[in-house]
Amino acid sequence: MAQPHVQVTGLCVAARGPGGSEALIVRDVSFAIPKGQVLALIGESGSGKTTIALSLLGYARPGCRFAAGTVRIGSTDVLSLDDEELYRLRGGQVSYIAQSAAAAFNPMKTIMDQVVEGTAIHGTLTRSASETRAVELFRALALPDPEGIGSRYPHQVSGGQLQRLMAAMALITEPELVVLDEPTTALDVTTQIEVLRAFRHVVRERGTTAVYVSHDLAVVAQMADRIVVLSEGEVRESGATADILERPRHDYTRSLLAAARPKPRTTDEPREDTPLLEVRDLGAGYGRVGADGLPEIRVLDAIDLTIPRGATLGVIGESGCGKTTLARVVAGLVPAARGEVRFDGEPLPTNLHQRTKEQFRRIQIVFQNADTVLNPAHTIRSILERPLAFYRGVTGEAAGRRVAELLDLVKLPGSLADRRPAELSGGQKQRVNLARALAAEPDLILCDEVTSALDTVVGAAILDLLAELRRSLGVSYLFISHDISTVRAVCDDILVLYAGRKVESGSRSALAAPPYHPYADLLIASVPELRTGWLEGLPPRVTIPIAETHAAQPAGLCPFLDRCPLRVPGLCDRLAPPRQRFPSGKEVLCHREGEDLARHQLNTAITT
Amino acid sequence: MIAERRHWATRAWALMKGLPLAGRIGFALVLFWALAALLGPSLAPHPVGAVVAMDVYGTFTAAHPLGTDYLGRDMLSRILHGARLTIGLALAAAVAASVTGTTIAILSATIGGWIDEGVGRLMDALISIPSKMLALVMVASFGASPTLLILTAAFSYTPGAFRIARSLAINVRTLDYVQAARARGEGTGYIAWVEIFPNMVNPMLADFGLRFVFVVLLLSGMSFLGLGVQPPDADLGSLVRENISGLFEGAPAVVMPALAIASLTVGVNLLIDALSGRSSQVEQ
Amino acid sequence: MAEASRAIRASAVRLVLNRVAYGAVTLLLVSAVIFLITSWLPGDAAQELLGQSATPEAVAALREKLGLDRSPLARYGAWLRGLATGDLGVSLAANTPVADLVATRLPKSLLLAAVTAVVSVPIALTIGIVSAMWRGRRLDRSLNVATLSMVAVPEFLIATIAVLVFAVKLRWLPALSNAVDIGSASQFFRTYAMPVLTLCFVIVAQMARMTRAAVIDQLNASYVEMAVLKGARPAHVALRHALPNAIGPIANAVALSLSYLLGGVVIVESIFNYPGIASLMVDAVTNRDIPVVQACAMIFCFAYLLLVLVADLVAILSNPRLRHR
Repeated sequence: MAQPHVQVTGLCVAARGPGGSEALIVRDVSFAIPKGQVLALIGESGSGKTTIALSLLGYARPGCRFAAGTVRIGSTDVLSLDDEELYRLRGGQVSYIAQSAAAAFNPMKTIMDQVVEGTAIHGTLTRSASETRAVELFRALALPDPEGIGSRYPHQVSGGQLQRLMAAMALITEPELVVLDEPTTALDVTTQIEVLRAFRHVVRERGTTAVYVSHDLAVVAQMADRIVVLSEGEVRESGATADILERPRHDYTRSLLAAARPKPRTTDEPREDTPLLEVRDLGAGYGRVGADGLPEIRVLDAIDLTIPRGATLGVIGESGCGKTTLARVVAGLVPAARGEVRFDGEPLPTNLHQRTKEQFRRIQIVFQNADTVLNPAHTIRSILERPLAFYRGVTGEAAGRRVAELLDLVKLPGSLADRRPAELSGGQKQRVNLARALAAEPDLILCDEVTSALDTVVGAAILDLLAELRRSLGVSYLFISHDISTVRAVCDDILVLYAGRKVESGSRSALAAPPYHPYADLLIASVPELRTGWLEGLPPRVTIPIAETHAAQPAGLCPFLDRCPLRVPGLCDRLAPPRQRFPSGKEVLCHREGEDLARHQLNTAITT
Repeated sequence: MIAERRHWATRAWALMKGLPLAGRIGFALVLFWALAALLGPSLAPHPVGAVVAMDVYGTFTAAHPLGTDYLGRDMLSRILHGARLTIGLALAAAVAASVTGTTIAILSATIGGWIDEGVGRLMDALISIPSKMLALVMVASFGASPTLLILTAAFSYTPGAFRIARSLAINVRTLDYVQAARARGEGTGYIAWVEIFPNMVNPMLADFGLRFVFVVLLLSGMSFLGLGVQPPDADLGSLVRENISGLFEGAPAVVMPALAIASLTVGVNLLIDALSGRSSQVEQ
Repeated sequence: MAEASRAIRASAVRLVLNRVAYGAVTLLLVSAVIFLITSWLPGDAAQELLGQSATPEAVAALREKLGLDRSPLARYGAWLRGLATGDLGVSLAANTPVADLVATRLPKSLLLAAVTAVVSVPIALTIGIVSAMWRGRRLDRSLNVATLSMVAVPEFLIATIAVLVFAVKLRWLPALSNAVDIGSASQFFRTYAMPVLTLCFVIVAQMARMTRAAVIDQLNASYVEMAVLKGARPAHVALRHALPNAIGPIANAVALSLSYLLGGVVIVESIFNYPGIASLMVDAVTNRDIPVVQACAMIFCFAYLLLVLVADLVAILSNPRLRHR
């Protein structure tokens, strides 16, 4: 092999801790990238992957410094450059694509100003030449309106488009190396696929040398030639992508792979059919209430669902689809504008103040973000004792014993009881969060994205715990997630939400085979698979450009109309779609017949 | 009890040792003035009203370390007495303003809805009356007895405390642990005092310190204008006023009480800045 | 496209009108508060003003003059109408229309405020931005301690020290700033140097601190890190990326600091014997000349609301998210 283009040797990065003492957050990391190849740095939060990526630009975040090692790009020894040479390196020789484009674009400047800024700083091109090149890049990245998009401000374009615009910003100076730092993590899965496709296209076409930082093995499998697996600032394993995926050598890699392929945690054993929670024709939203009794901004519309006693219902949809609002309506935090909620046969008031203490006790909610869900001013003990005292009047020694039991139930050491939340890890906090819900001995637990803020391995352990608690305590769950593989792994029934409407629902097995609602089909087809070549193998039909028609539409039309590849002109844009029940038992909100849908569908039957 | 107290003293000492230089200076100044307010009048070498020197506007001498005033009274004694009055009035007003502002803010933020909106609107209006103006208007209408001065200063600075406390409470209110408490069925009082309040104590203590500084400056300013503490009582601001004609002779009697005020307020400011800088570092 | 830009302009205009309306409502509330406080006199105000020895006829005449025979609401209405038409009532002490008193004093105060603003704003913004750019370094830390101390110093200490140094010891400047017949630039300087110096002392510190905080807030944003990683130099990052985003908060900082002038000017005018509106108010408070107190308080509150409104408008117009929705 020729001299590699990028060579990192023995890199160590030190960070100052709160006490002023220094600790190494990256230890003795080495890797090399030949010209024109893509290398992935994979790891969970705290693995040092972003720190390493930034070292390729000679940049250490405030509080960090390079302690040892070399970073060589071509003939440049990056870590020995002075300030002036670093200005020339950054954005010229090496460029960077950040995780959140929404935050990385300056809100006060037009997109074009920012895309061509690099060429202005480095004086490589005239303004008009760089604008021409920018438009070419916009076109190559499949952005809508490539001529005009540059004159907009960042808040006027979507997140997926911004992410691609940032790629244009990085590529405009024709750098020798591009660093992509989790560039699709903040996107919805159906948007991510467009961005990945665009990235892959420009990177391959230009023969760009790139470093792709991610926590998601399936995404990396589509993008990278080689993978470096990191944890706690050290390299665990490195090799060709296919080798890492198929023949992992290190235990840590194996646990990552196992967590990325969730195993089913529920069985299809016969179950009771007494409904525990029933929701009928539920509507909810914010803003002024109109003449029809519905609020101005509708978040949920015409939602029906049933959770049998002891069962788990999964609710899936992208951000903003109303899934969190659904949990909050059931919990009483958001009042329903219309419809009915029944709990164990009794009507459940959706107004918080009309609920009885017993109703509160029997329904518990577990929020997504473990970092904000425990009051930092209280100890774990007082957090867990409160529901005991509040619902059952259990105090004193009995409460102390129960706290110990609860901690044991969620597999935490009893010694944690006298700590405060700030002293716990993310996974531990989420367990305490769960224990607090269990303290009420509820019948139904509303789980709102309980694993999405956690690393995959930690999240997998929480899912195991939820399944075990269900077996031993017989609780039911309303399980909300944006991740279809997680939902498939833990739920008996699944409901797909889109723009506040239920577009599809059915049992887990019914949701593993077509016909699907066109949105569910897109959603399922967009989840990257954990194998190389998946992205190239996708039929191009997935990437239907979003028709941007925001004209006023009659009420009740299909919410997916604008994006639907199977819409029937003259029908779908005139009439509200019927709710069809297919032989498999699933309900789909669509005009098209089942066989018709199945014929056009992207997905074939999925084996779980 | 004694063990407890020693524990506190060691903690205070450890706290001070961790501060940057400016913070230590602030700590020392605050400690000095706290002791002066507590013990000062009993340590004063002369009675507060006694004319003890023939020399008016006298300069620094061994007998009168801070000079003498326009009647020949001992400035050190007068400053020690004035400091107690200044600090006492300001402390009372600052406590009243912070407690009232915080209480209204937490309750209003927890209850929410139109009550919150109405209270917010009224406080917005009160904030747009500069506090010195509000104080002047109140003195014009009600007079300047010590009780009225405390009420005036408290009333002038309550809206400010409310605004800070409310923005803190609103931030805390949206956090998931408060939502979790609401979903558990907890009442307004529990949410306000057990869930929200403990998480705003530290910033509110810092704000209390700043408010104390504002009140000291306000009350001294009022006294300096002759609209605050009325003779024969004299706070530090009145001491500057009554000796102002000595300015042209360069008498210490003018500058010393003004310096006393500045050393108190600057000390509090330096201490608070160092303490809140420390706590934000720990949070990071 | 034309339609879209019209819609954009309409939304910006609506936002601006909203702010103006909000300011007007606040001003109305303020007037109610001030009226409530100033007319909430215990007992009979006329009797109190004239003393126990006054004849019943004189008391009755004064009551009528003060409008005390009417209901409080009617008096408030009449007072508001007067404010709106420029009729501010009659001074009890001077027995002349309040409007005349204000007309002679207000321009002087505005001039003092304007000179102070012209001097303080550039200095403060420079200190704030420089210390934000070098945050955490020695320069920033010393500036922090300096400004922190400056904001806590009472104006009369600065003023007395200034008089002591420049008027008593050095004899460069007169101790009083009566602001009568200013004929030359040097006279102007001699009159305004010390009052402006005193006012600037506190205001510069306050404004610099708020500016620093606003700029640092932006320097911590991820688009700033992005700009650094594009190879932008520190000055470029601070001035071209962070500063435009900090305009709204800085405008707010400037407005709040200048509004502090409204309070600080009370002490300064009185110490230097400067014939402005604040010293008029202090005299009125001393004499319990309520109509003058009311009028002056309303003028100060109006000035405050105007400053805040202007800052709000600057923030709206500088922000493309609010300009182009």
